[in-house]
Amino acid sequence: MSTLTAVARNAEGFLERVEDWDRELALEIAREAGIAELTDRHWLVVNYMRDTYIKTGTAPTIRTLGKESGVQVKELYALFPKGPAKLAAKIGGIPKPKGCI
Amino acid sequence: MSLDKVSIIVSKGSLEGVYPALIMANGARMEGIEANVFFTFFGMDAINKARHDAIKVATVGNPGLHLMTWLGGVPGISALVTKQMMKQMEKLDIPPIPEFLELISDSGGKLYACKASVEMFGLTKDDFIPQVESIITVGEFYQMAAGGQINFT
Repeated sequence: MSTLTAVARNAEGFLERVEDWDRELALEIAREAGIAELTDRHWLVVNYMRDTYIKTGTAPTIRTLGKESGVQVKELYALFPKGPAKLAAKIGGIPKPKGCI
Repeated sequence: MSLDKVSIIVSKGSLEGVYPALIMANGARMEGIEANVFFTFFGMDAINKARHDAIKVATVGNPGLHLMTWLGGVPGISALVTKQMMKQMEKLDIPPIPEFLELISDSGGKLYACKASVEMFGLTKDDFIPQVESIITVGEFYQMAAGGQINFT
C-alpha cells in the first residue's frame, strides 16, 4: 500500500505540505521519477535541498547546489538525470525551485 | 507534448547577447532537456579564452539602457554598466560567463563553435575553452538540432 496516495500533492507531484514528508515517501517519489534506489550521494543532495529550504524559505540554485551540497554538478546530473534541483526538491518534499538558475 | 531538445545560436558578443542564451541553456538542462549552444560570429567571444572574461554590455545603440546617446560612447561607461550588472547578477547567483559555461558543460550541455566563423576570424580550437566540444559546420548543427527547437540570439 503506497503512502504516497495519502498525502496531498500538486499537479507536478510536489508535496503540498513540507511537514508531510518522511524518508519512506522520499523513496516512493524517487521510484516514481525513475530513480530505483536512493544512495548516500542522493541523500546528501536531498537533505541539503530540504535543509536549505526549511532554513531560508527558498531552494538553492544549481550553482549553489554544486558548490555547497558536497556533490558537484557533473555528479548531480548523473544522480538526477532529469534535473537535479527539481527532482531533489520533489524527493525532499519541498516546493519546486522558483528561480531560473 | 514535451520539449526534449533545444539548440541555441549565439551570434552577438555583448553581455546581453550572451547571457540570455546561457540562462536558457542551463534552464533547459535543469528541466532535463537536452541543450546545445552554437557560437557564431561575435558570439564566439564567449568561448574565446582570451576574451570571455571581458564581455561587456553594449552601451551604444542600446535604447533599453535609457542612457543619453552621447553618454553611451564615453570611455569607461560600458565597463561601468557591465560592473553594475554583474553585481546584480551575482546577487541572483548567476555566475560570470566562464563559470557559467563550465556549469552548462558539467550539466551535460554541449558547446560548439561555427566553422565558417572560425575560419573567417582565423581562429583554431586552441583559442577556445576546453569545454567546447568541436568546431562544426552549419549542416552538422542542423543534424544535431533535428527533432528539437532552435533559438537564435
